[in-house]
Amino acid sequence: MLRFIMQRVLLMPVLLVVFSVIVFALVQAPPGDFLTSYAATLASSGSSIGETELQALRQTYGLDKPIYVQYLYWMGNLLRGDLGLSLEYQRPNAELIGERLVLTLALAAFSFIFTWIIAIPAGILSARHQHGPIDYFFTFFNYIGVAIPNFMLALILMWLGFSVLGISVTGLFSPEFEQAPWNLARVADLMKHMWLPAIVIGISGTARLTRVMRANLLDELNKLYVVTARAKGMSEWKLVLKYPVRLAINPLISTIGWYLPQLFSGSLIVATVMNLPNIGPLLLRSLISQDMYLAGSLLLIYAFLTIIGTLLSDILLALADPRIRMRG
Amino acid sequence: MGNKTDKEGAMVTLEGGGEPLLSVRNLKVHFPMDEGRVRAVDGVSFDVQPGQVVGIVGESGCGKSVTMKAILRIVEPPGRIVEGQIMYHSRASGEAGTSKVRGTIDLVGLAPNGKEMRDIRGAEIALIPQEPMAAFSPVHTVGNQVIEAIRLHRDLSKSAARQLAVDTFRDVGISMPEQRIDSYSWQMSGGLRQRAMIAMALAANPRLLIADEPTTAIDVTTQAQILRLLRKLRFEYNSAIIFITHDLGVIAQMADYVVVMYLGKVMAQGPVDDLFHNPLHPYTQALLRSIPSVQSAPRVKLPTISGSIPHAFNRPKGCPFHPRCTSFMPGVCDRDEPELKAVDGRQLVSCFLFRDTPEVANGQA
Ligand SMILES: Nc1ncnc2c1ncn2[C@@H]1O[C@H](COP(=O)(O)OP(=O)(O)OP(=O)(O)O)[C@@H](O)[C@H]1O
Ligand code: SF4
Ligand SMILES: [Mg+2]
Repeated sequence: MLRFIMQRVLLMPVLLVVFSVIVFALVQAPPGDFLTSYAATLASSGSSIGETELQALRQTYGLDKPIYVQYLYWMGNLLRGDLGLSLEYQRPNAELIGERLVLTLALAAFSFIFTWIIAIPAGILSARHQHGPIDYFFTFFNYIGVAIPNFMLALILMWLGFSVLGISVTGLFSPEFEQAPWNLARVADLMKHMWLPAIVIGISGTARLTRVMRANLLDELNKLYVVTARAKGMSEWKLVLKYPVRLAINPLISTIGWYLPQLFSGSLIVATVMNLPNIGPLLLRSLISQDMYLAGSLLLIYAFLTIIGTLLSDILLALADPRIRMRG
Repeated sequence: MGNKTDKEGAMVTLEGGGEPLLSVRNLKVHFPMDEGRVRAVDGVSFDVQPGQVVGIVGESGCGKSVTMKAILRIVEPPGRIVEGQIMYHSRASGEAGTSKVRGTIDLVGLAPNGKEMRDIRGAEIALIPQEPMAAFSPVHTVGNQVIEAIRLHRDLSKSAARQLAVDTFRDVGISMPEQRIDSYSWQMSGGLRQRAMIAMALAANPRLLIADEPTTAIDVTTQAQILRLLRKLRFEYNSAIIFITHDLGVIAQMADYVVVMYLGKVMAQGPVDDLFHNPLHPYTQALLRSIPSVQSAPRVKLPTISGSIPHAFNRPKGCPFHPRCTSFMPGVCDRDEPELKAVDGRQLVSCFLFRDTPEVANGQA
């Protein structure tokens, strides 16, 4: 088990280097560079920039160098812990990313907790009362949860919040806390705003997880070890929770690690609609404006989170399932 | 608690004279399905005396397992006991043991998951399931599950229960029980797993052990060892055993008394020697005819008799065996259902070839 984790951890830098090459190639792939799109933006807004100025800027940012030089320059900075400068915002990338990353992770954690707290019990109840009213009740909501696009749900909830409760539920902070330094009051304000986007983002995942949990548990409930436990004289709920539920959850554990990267990319529309200051919109913006060091850093963080997520899944699964722990 | 013992006392008890440990009377378990009603068990009656090994034979699907699940009250929905009694005579007061139940109880009258039934399940009547591989949870150690079985019925500390589990492992012939108890079922061989299963069933010292084809999933050599073990334990633990098998040879080795089932009904029952040497019922005869000699071919599986088993939905009218019976009497066997009657004082037979023997009262309603 320890050896397995060590192997995976040692493999991580190698994977990250491979990813960094791919990421850099991808970011460089569109024709032109940041300055081309910068000039285009200027042109569309009526002003313009001289060719000589552009050349000067190109030199300043090193955009005239061959790609591999640019890559090495970027990597060199990365190794020193410097994510570089955003060409567009003219601010350090670390600064731009920092808070958004924290908020993204917090949102991920919240929607994960919401999803599991609702989906696992709902799946259990559904399976235990298969074809009963409780099962139909959850099934109905599951279909709705899967069918409604989450940005639509966001719009509906925002509208409801505004017209019924008279509150604005966009963003993650009240206006007065938007730019405030971190303190307890700001955290409290964040919590007040967090639950709604967390639910919006988590709702379709909750519906799907409920269905999967229900199906897994229905499979397990027919297994012979359930009959054995029953024949021992265990009470029904106790035995269901100890044996089949435990086995039904096992395959789900391996999906836990996927929440991180999924939230990074999957919540873009919701984040835009709800004006959430998380990573998604920043990544989109940086890709459009070809702000390559920002986009590169974001994608690399994304890759890093994916690797960490997968490792986390594997470790959790090994902890939960002795068949994997002791054979792996 | 039900006190129908006096009425039941009139039943034919051909084995010994004492009060039976278990009396199944006219048990019917039906499964209402979309396609129709499956009469999985349709009027089964038999007794198990204390310490006796009762073998139950019958072709696949004749309702052996469902009968056992009914006794344990773990028939899965939509299956339901629609009629009958399962009288369990618990340990007499004063007798050493951990029993929480007293007197004679009709298990059919208990709530399947109620406290009373759960106190009987595992503690008084224990089950050894058919496939030990699937019968243990793969993510819990075998010890965890055995200790749990003990602590469900005995007020023991964890360490005392663990000690008892280790002792029981040793009793069932598991070497290095201290280590083995902490392993998972998939780390054990088939024979070892089955021994662990037997240990789990025995741990609470039940008075009735139900072994549902306990040797089908393991190889022949191990089978023989397991059967030897069960015979030995029967005396050490003094528990009665209901032994289900397709294998007539195993019945001959193991059982004192045999119940022959066909399509959810009992065709014949009696002491093993009578049944094997003087089979009265045409179905029993057919079963035995199809193996040359029980002694020379102890491993012969229940043979297929000419004709196929009718589907559970459309059981034949009259005697269920009549489409395959060589002694079939038209106008009789396909009109009414024969009832289980005592014949020649030793066997009970359900067949129109035999008349009531007036001297022996027939308990079947
Ligand atoms: N859960 C169920 N739902 C519907 N029908 C069932 C169910 N369980 C058993 N049956 C039916 O009840 C009948 C008896 O089944 P049972 O399992 O008792 O047979 P068996 O004698 O134990 O056979 P085998 O020797 O193959 O184990 C069969 O016709 C089967 O189809
Ligand atoms: S009742 Fe008739 S059909 Fe049935 S076993 Fe007896 S002789 Fe055969
Ligand atoms: Mg069976």
